Amino acid sequence: MSAVQEAVPAAPAIEAVPKRAMTLGTGTSLIVLVVLITMPLFVKNFIIFQMTMLLVYGLAVLALNILTGGSGQFSLGQSAFYAVGAYTSAILMEHAGVNYALTLPVAGLICFAFGFLFGQPALRLSGVYLALATFALATAMPQLLKLGYFEHWTGGVQGLVVTKPDAPFGLPMSQDMWLYYFTLVITIAIYIFSVNLLKSRSGRAFMAIRDNEIAASAMGIDVALYKTLAFGVSAGITGVAGGLGAIAVQFVAPDGYTITLAISLFLGMVVGGVGWLPGSIVGSAFIIFVPNIAEGISKGLSGAVFGVILFLVIFLVPHGARQVALVAQHLIDRFKKRQEN
Amino acid sequence: MELLTNQILAGIATGAIYACMALAVVMIYQAIDHLNFAQGEMAMFSTFISWQLMQWGVPYWGAFLLTLIFSFAGGILIERLLFKPLAKAPILTNVAGFIALYAIINSCAGLIWDFTIKQYPTPFGSAPFLGSQLISTHQAGMIGVTVLLLIALYAFFRFTRMGLAMRAAASVPESARLVGINTSWMIALGWGMAAAIGSIAGMLIAPVVFLEPNMMGGVLLYGFAAAVLGGLTSPFGAVIGGFLVGIFENLAGTYIPGVGNELKLPIALALIVTVLVVKPAGLFGRPIIKRV
Repeated sequence: MSAVQEAVPAAPAIEAVPKRAMTLGTGTSLIVLVVLITMPLFVKNFIIFQMTMLLVYGLAVLALNILTGGSGQFSLGQSAFYAVGAYTSAILMEHAGVNYALTLPVAGLICFAFGFLFGQPALRLSGVYLALATFALATAMPQLLKLGYFEHWTGGVQGLVVTKPDAPFGLPMSQDMWLYYFTLVITIAIYIFSVNLLKSRSGRAFMAIRDNEIAASAMGIDVALYKTLAFGVSAGITGVAGGLGAIAVQFVAPDGYTITLAISLFLGMVVGGVGWLPGSIVGSAFIIFVPNIAEGISKGLSGAVFGVILFLVIFLVPHGARQVALVAQHLIDRFKKRQEN
Repeated sequence: MELLTNQILAGIATGAIYACMALAVVMIYQAIDHLNFAQGEMAMFSTFISWQLMQWGVPYWGAFLLTLIFSFAGGILIERLLFKPLAKAPILTNVAGFIALYAIINSCAGLIWDFTIKQYPTPFGSAPFLGSQLISTHQAGMIGVTVLLLIALYAFFRFTRMGLAMRAAASVPESARLVGINTSWMIALGWGMAAAIGSIAGMLIAPVVFLEPNMMGGVLLYGFAAAVLGGLTSPFGAVIGGFLVGIFENLAGTYIPGVGNELKLPIALALIVTVLVVKPAGLFGRPIIKRV
C-alpha cells in the first residue's frame, strides 16, 4: 500500500518498573502474613474456600506478573497453562492414584516444559503479535481438552471430579481449612522464590530485556534463552496454581478454562499493578469478588462492571494497586512528620 | 476431483466471512498499529442494532444503511473518548483497554437483547446458487459484497485525497503532520471505517451463525488468522487471506482424519502461530523495519 516504513515509533511494551519497587517492605509483609494465617480461624468454610481461590488466582497473576512485569512479554493465554496444570493434577490423582501434594510439582514441570516450548515461536513475536498468538492459544485450549482422542483421560466435555484431601496426621481441621493452609504454604514458597528470582542474575536479565532488548543482547544476555525461560517459569507457576485450583474446586472441565479466565488474570495483573508482585493478591481479590458484587447488582452485568473499572484503572491509576500503595505510604510519611513537629 | 472442487468452493464461501472480518482488523491496524480485540464485539453490537431496527419495521437496506452510519459514528466516538488519551500509553495499556471494551460491549448486548439465539434475515435469499448445492445465494452475495468492499476501499485509498492522507498518517505520522494532515482525526476516521466494515461483516455473518452476543468469538479468531496470513498491512492480503483460511479450513476438515468441527479453533491457532513464525509479515504485507 505504501513505501517501506522507515522507523517504527517505538512505544514501549510496558513502562519500566524499578527493581526495588517490585516487592513489599518486611514490616508490611509480616502484617499481611499474620492476617492470612489467622483469618481462617474466624470465618466460615465457604469464605475459607474463597480465600483459597484468592491465593490460587494470586499465584496465577503472580506468574503473569513475572512474565509481563519482569521480562516485558504479554500473554493472554495463561488460562491454557492453568488448564494444563489443573488437568495434570486431576488425571494423576484420579487415574494414577498419586497423592495430591505430589501432583503439583509434576503439574509445574509439565507446564514449565509446555511454556518453554511455546516460548520458542513466541520469541519471534513481540507486543501485539504475542498477545494475538497467546489469545489464540487460550481460545483453542478448551476445544483441545474436549478432543475425542484424550477422552478416556480427560473425561471429555464432562470433565473429571477430583476428591478433596483430608487433613493429614488426624489434625482437627476441616478439609477446606487444611487446603487453605496447604495452599498458603505453597503460595509463600513460590512468592519468596519469585522475589529472589527477580533479584537474581536471571531477574536482572529479564528486566534488561524488558527495558531494551537490543541493549540487553549487546551486553551479552542470551535474549532468546531468557525470554523462553520467563515463559517457562511463568507457565510452571501457573500450572501449580491450576493444580491447586483443581483440588480446591474438586472439578475440572474444559469450559472452566476459557479465554475469560485468561482475561481475568490479565485484568488482575493490570489492577494489581504491572511488575509489582504483592499487587497480585490485590488483583486476585479483584477478579474473585468484583464479579460477585456485580452479579448481585444485576445478572449479566459483571462484564460491563469489569470493563468500566478496568477503564477507570487505566485512566486514573495506570500503575494499579502499586500506585495506591505508594500514595498511601507518602501520606503516612507526611502524617508522621507532622506529628514529630 | 469433484469433491476437491466442491470443498474449495465451499471454502471460498465461508472464507468470505473471514475476509470481511480480516478487512476490518487490517483497517484498524493500519490506523493505529494495534489489533483491536473488541472488533468482533463491535460488529456484533452493530448487527444487533440493525436487527432492532428491522424489528421496528425498517426495511432491510434502510436498516443496513442506518447501521453503517451508526457504526461509523460509534467507532469515532469510542476513539475520541477512550483511546485518544491512550495514544502515547504503553502497548499493555492499550491491550487492556481493548479487553475492557470487549467486556463492556459483550455484557451490554447481553443485557439489552439477552443471550437467546435470534434468526437474522438475508437480503439474498438462501436458494442454491446457480444450481450448486454447496453455495447458496446468500454466500454468493457475501462474496460479492466482500469483493465490492475491497474495490471501494482500494479506490478510496488510491484515488482520493482523504485516502492518501490516511495512508500518510499511518505510515509516517511526523512527516504527515508537517504537511498539514490532521493525523489525530485520521486515526478517528480509521476507527470509524473499521467499525463500519465490521458491521457489514456482522450483518453478513449473522444469517449463517445466528445472532447472539457471543457469535463473533470464533469468527474474530479466524479473521485474525486471515489478517495475519495476508499480512496485517495489506487490505488486499486480508481478503485473499480470508478466502485461503476458509479453503484451508474446509480441506483440512475433509482430508485430514480426526479434524472435525471440534478442532476448528485449534486449526486457526496453528495457522496463526505458523504464519507468525515462518513469515511474520504475511503473504502480502510489507516487512516492518526497525531503526536502532
